[in-house]
Amino acid sequence: MNRYPLWKNITVLIAVVLGLLYTLPNFFGEGPAVQVASVKSTHKVDAKLMAQVEDALKGAAIVPQGIVLDLNSVRVRLADTDTQLKAKDVIEKALNPVAADATYSVALNLVSNSPNWLTSIHALPMYLGLDLRGGVHFLLQVDMNGALTKRLDSIGADLRSLLRDKNIRHGGIGREGQGVTIRFRETETRDKARDILAENQPDLLLVDAQEGPDLKLVATLKPAAQKRIQEFAVKQNITTLHNRINELGVSEPVIQQQGADRIVVQLPGVQDTAKAKDILGRTATLEVRMVDDEASANASVMEQAARGQPPAGTEYYVERGGRGLLVKKQVVLTGERLTDAQPGFDNQTHEAAVHLSLDSAGARIFKDLTRDNVGKRMAILLIEKGKGEVVTAPVIRTEIGGGRVQISGRMSTMEANDVALLLRAGSLAAPMDIIEERTIGPSLGADNIAKGFHSTLWGFAAIATFMMAYYLLFGLVSVVALSANMLLLVALLSLLQATLTLPGIAAIALALGMAIDSNVLINERVREELRNGSTPQAAITAGYERAWATILDSNVTTLIVGIALLIFGSGPIRGFAVVHCLGILTSLFSSVVLSRAVVNLIYGRRRKLDALSIGQIWKPGLGTK
Amino acid sequence: MEFFRIRKDIPFMRHALVFNVISLITFLLAIFFLVNKGLHFSIEFTGGTLLEVNYAQAPDLDKLRKQMEADGFTDTQVQNFGSSRDVLIRVPLSKDAETSKVGDRVMASLARVGAGSTADSPAVVAPTLKRVEFVGPQVGKELASDGAMALLLVVCGIVLYLAMRFEWRFAISAIIANLHDVVIILGFFALFRWEFSLPVLAAVLAVLGYSVNESVVVFDRVRETFKKKRGLTTPQVLDHAITSTISRTIITHGCTQMMVTSMLIFGGPALHYFALALTIGILFGIYSSVLVASPLVMWMGVSREQFVQAKVEKQEAVV
Repeated sequence: MNRYPLWKNITVLIAVVLGLLYTLPNFFGEGPAVQVASVKSTHKVDAKLMAQVEDALKGAAIVPQGIVLDLNSVRVRLADTDTQLKAKDVIEKALNPVAADATYSVALNLVSNSPNWLTSIHALPMYLGLDLRGGVHFLLQVDMNGALTKRLDSIGADLRSLLRDKNIRHGGIGREGQGVTIRFRETETRDKARDILAENQPDLLLVDAQEGPDLKLVATLKPAAQKRIQEFAVKQNITTLHNRINELGVSEPVIQQQGADRIVVQLPGVQDTAKAKDILGRTATLEVRMVDDEASANASVMEQAARGQPPAGTEYYVERGGRGLLVKKQVVLTGERLTDAQPGFDNQTHEAAVHLSLDSAGARIFKDLTRDNVGKRMAILLIEKGKGEVVTAPVIRTEIGGGRVQISGRMSTMEANDVALLLRAGSLAAPMDIIEERTIGPSLGADNIAKGFHSTLWGFAAIATFMMAYYLLFGLVSVVALSANMLLLVALLSLLQATLTLPGIAAIALALGMAIDSNVLINERVREELRNGSTPQAAITAGYERAWATILDSNVTTLIVGIALLIFGSGPIRGFAVVHCLGILTSLFSSVVLSRAVVNLIYGRRRKLDALSIGQIWKPGLGTK
Repeated sequence: MEFFRIRKDIPFMRHALVFNVISLITFLLAIFFLVNKGLHFSIEFTGGTLLEVNYAQAPDLDKLRKQMEADGFTDTQVQNFGSSRDVLIRVPLSKDAETSKVGDRVMASLARVGAGSTADSPAVVAPTLKRVEFVGPQVGKELASDGAMALLLVVCGIVLYLAMRFEWRFAISAIIANLHDVVIILGFFALFRWEFSLPVLAAVLAVLGYSVNESVVVFDRVRETFKKKRGLTTPQVLDHAITSTISRTIITHGCTQMMVTSMLIFGGPALHYFALALTIGILFGIYSSVLVASPLVMWMGVSREQFVQAKVEKQEAVV
């Protein structure tokens, strides 16, 4: 008889229940919310901030529907858009007392209305692409040659100071194209220089050359070093972009590397492209300056400085932790001399620390600076938009040589991570160009959703009507299987949080239109078996089994198309391909396994079965049955 | 209900030559249009800027065109998109720099038209921006080559799979039949100057996979018939296979077409050409998989021995 073993029935049941569970969040829709995120990565989003937000709302008698803390933001769910706007103002005022120097970004947002227990099992609504929710999309091309020339310029400066330290006379150093050329008068000095450079600069490839009477040494970057510098440039640009975009107060930005040298930036909900472009292209720098300790210790001077009248030659900054200090205007060292910054620990005290690596010119400057200023304080500042922030202001304890600098003291591991990130991410490592830009208005997004939804709905209704009319009960089973297919597909898309785009919705519709093929194949086979005189039970078995090979073959060919699109497609095509591939997998399961389970449930237990409800079966010669 | 009451196998193969000639003619026509008229590529492929704007009242397109020309935009296309109040503007790539700012400049230009309207002609207020797309020249070239690579991968993958599962003759004829569909779809796009965009490319490839399905279903039957029924000639086997699958072929295609028609009606302009490509693909898919692929298999000399041999060897091994 046609019965499934228990485990198979249970598998089908579990799949359907999971499908329902993960599809569910899509029905709750989205409600207005206010999202608070940190603008400066030195300020963490934590429970304290959440309490602060709660207090602020309580003070204004606004009752939030829920406050959620996630990795990098606090979200407050609100009843309607009016309260949303009010709550935004209240929170903004409480968190950013000085509007010009905002620490947190407070943005209007939409969050899913699904209950918390669903969110806790990671059942989230589908992630909508920009064409469905509106926003800006940029594709940025990182200028890789720019990254190399920038690096070669600083190598040129390094070589100059290295040769001076070793007392080697040269006739000039300059960057020419993708190499640094050093001129010499004698062969011996060139040989000596080559040895020293080979020892100190393992990244360089040194080649002898001659131009008239001039002897030259041409240093180019080794391919491995070039690759490393370029990869580093892209990574650093991404980090920088992250920090800058946080400042825009965009909810759920996407910043991803695409290919070797491209970066995709997607800002949902942002309409002001001009501002977005401005922020993406801005530069930030790091500066090391000395602290004016005498003036900083003087209470009356500090009081005046806090009111905006610092002594001549100094600037007033508020250190992290709230204490003010006066920093000299003269810049000792800039971020260009910084090659790397990594979080770590102090060797002796085991305190959290940030390890900085300076290039050789920077190391020399730093050595001189620390030798002359033991016991004094220096300040490390991050300058953005012409505004500076003192990241840290440590006391210099000893002379520091070798270009390895450690910043420690009063830092948690988390803070050390943030500072390292901030220092690394201060500026763009290479220039970038916008090579693709797309802005989609929010009304168009809502329009697209409605259009995609209606296409699918009416197409589905037409197919369902036809199938039930033509195949009766078996048609109904096919429709059940098709609904399950859609359920599983949407659940899978929600679970994977794959980006749903308009072509993606089209792919869902198409997947359903194609998936019905399997059921038609099965039903036709069952009819044919009946026509050839099989008993109903045998016809079901034979129909499903014979159709399976065909279904598999035809789905594999469709899958090949999906995979090809997935590999070579970008943007809208990729959205289509993801749904296409997933749709084939779910349709295999639902149209074969699930529909068989339903058929077994209906017919499997009956010993005496005279006929199947699969529509009229016409036999040649006998007329209709 | 039973649509297809077929008493005897329909002798499709008797008219094989006729079908092949028809295919060849449509195919050549499609090639002719492709070469003569060329495809009308969207800006995703060519590079450039596209703006979709919405007006409160239907604007005078000529006025917009004139203003744009006065502001230094040459070769721009201004047309309605979906409704008379929605306007689509295409600006090709220009040599000078700042290409990424074209969008802002166009909006400024459009706003000027609004300011210049007089009392007697209905005031056209500045439009609201619905969508801007800017594509640089690097991206377009890559898309074209990626599209070609995807097509190549699909063709190779399908041929390999079919050759493995069936026979090389089936693989070759299936892919020829279905590439012929693809060329015909492209021919339609060239003839009517429909816009060829990325979603259309996806649709074309999807059609390729979908039509191969059809060929697979027929071939599956051919293999089964060769194994089960002795004493039939090759054309008879093919006729039997096609006849016994024809009802499924038409019902399946009908169902898929219902979905696609729904997309054509409700999907709006964004899905229009996507659905159109699918419609042509589905209609020609029925024809080609049944009436092109099968005769091709016959010409290539498929026969019973190619399927039965393996089985005989197996039995001997068991004994």
